[in-house]
Amino acid sequence: MLQPQKPGIPLPAPSLVTQPFWDGCRAGELRYQRCQDCGAITMNPSPACSSCFGTNLGWEVSAGKGEIYSYTVVWRPQTPAFEVPYVPAVVELDEGFPLMSAIVGCEVDDVKVGMRVKAVFEEMSEEITLIYFEPAT
Amino acid sequence: MAKHFLHDVAIVGIYSTPQARVLENHDSETITVAACKGAMEDAGLGPADIDGVAAGGKAAPLIYWLRNGPAWRSMSPPSIPALLQAAAAIAAGQCHTVLVADGMAGVYTQRQSTAPWTRPSNEFVLSYGMFTAAEFALIARRHMHLYGTTPEQLATVSATIRNNGHVHPDAIYQGRGPFTPDDILASRMVADPFHLLDCAMTSEGGCAMVLTNAQRAKDLPNKPIWILGGSGETFGPAYQHPPQWSLSGRSGEINGLVGKRVAQQAFGMAGVTHSDIDVCEFYDPFSFEIIRQFEAFGFCEEGEGGDFVMDGRIEVGGEFPVTTDGGVMSFSHGGAAVQQLQRVTRAVEQLRGTCLSRQVSEATVAMASNGGAGALFSDVVVLGSEQPA
Repeated sequence: MLQPQKPGIPLPAPSLVTQPFWDGCRAGELRYQRCQDCGAITMNPSPACSSCFGTNLGWEVSAGKGEIYSYTVVWRPQTPAFEVPYVPAVVELDEGFPLMSAIVGCEVDDVKVGMRVKAVFEEMSEEITLIYFEPAT
Repeated sequence: MAKHFLHDVAIVGIYSTPQARVLENHDSETITVAACKGAMEDAGLGPADIDGVAAGGKAAPLIYWLRNGPAWRSMSPPSIPALLQAAAAIAAGQCHTVLVADGMAGVYTQRQSTAPWTRPSNEFVLSYGMFTAAEFALIARRHMHLYGTTPEQLATVSATIRNNGHVHPDAIYQGRGPFTPDDILASRMVADPFHLLDCAMTSEGGCAMVLTNAQRAKDLPNKPIWILGGSGETFGPAYQHPPQWSLSGRSGEINGLVGKRVAQQAFGMAGVTHSDIDVCEFYDPFSFEIIRQFEAFGFCEEGEGGDFVMDGRIEVGGEFPVTTDGGVMSFSHGGAAVQQLQRVTRAVEQLRGTCLSRQVSEATVAMASNGGAGALFSDVVVLGSEQPA
């Protein structure tokens, strides 16, 4: 069964722009930016709207559901801190934005492109909770 | 061919230092200097003849060590981007003779981890254990899903390129083959769909070249190899955002075909088309990237690359021989840029007719590339053995 990694892996250092995303994860929410002027979604968190390049960006909460756009099964870890196999994946959220994450809660052979998944959250430190995705039942 | 200002610039010197998994008694500075000395010697030139250096962060130190300042300098990645910038500077009259160089040694020391240049530090990827192979695997997996591209087609690319390295006397993995596609598929999995033998190696080495204008090139010992065209493009920073096949910008062009526009530009400048390309010295960080580049560069349609690389088409003797020195899978992968520059120096060897192995007979036009969709960028250059009239 694929599991979240254990504390000890390298963790994000949030920036001024990205801190609300990580605050969301700590609260068990997937937060994303929406332009208050043109309505477009921007992800990853950015200092400007990906459609109009405006800077009037607000935050919304995703339902955390989507499907696997692509994935890979890693057997040679990036560093020894990671337990293999692990399954990095690009998830396309239903709101219409992609997110880099990893798949947990199923066997390696169950993972398929197009599979429906939902967000789960794993606390890695006081500051950082990571978002993973598991099969949606 | 229509004349383009780049056609007044030629590559007149090339050199790769000895390459090895680990180079004893070298660091990145010393191996880069060794590469520069070799390239200047090959060109029949010395430090006093050089009035420009393109070597990324090493450009300024090299100018100081060469004592040829004040000199033109480029801090672009010392691969195709720096080469094209240097050529434009020469054509513009900002300088007349430029050394393009890179080298790396002593950087990869923590061998339990993947190489440091493959490990992104960005906050949206690092905690998911991403590294270069996984980034490119996400692109390959999507292509397999969309178009039915097979592991056997990927393995055919790997076997072809590794067999080129197998017979190259200076390749780090010389003599390690020959390989069949089944051998590739039998190697251990690194990042599905990439087996170990679908992936670049890690190694150390240096590479440099000398460019000059047409007038000066006439008086030098080597047959000049001419820059016919080239360009580069990116969708954004590598290894930070999800590497999607369908990532697009305002133009509607997609990351899966990154390199499409630059190939069209390069062919337009060169006044050539695909059938004129005698040899394809493409960048081969992972097997799938070769399949993708044949699509992006317009040799075949999107989705047809898997079939395109089969039946000997990309072997020497086939229609479009690819990465004839063994590339970064078998010849060397010296670091950040050095192995990308080596795709160009190999193209120069092919057009000079001086390859120690896998010489393509009567090659007159060669294409070299850098980058890949897993890293969101592509750079290409088209070289010719004759200066366009």
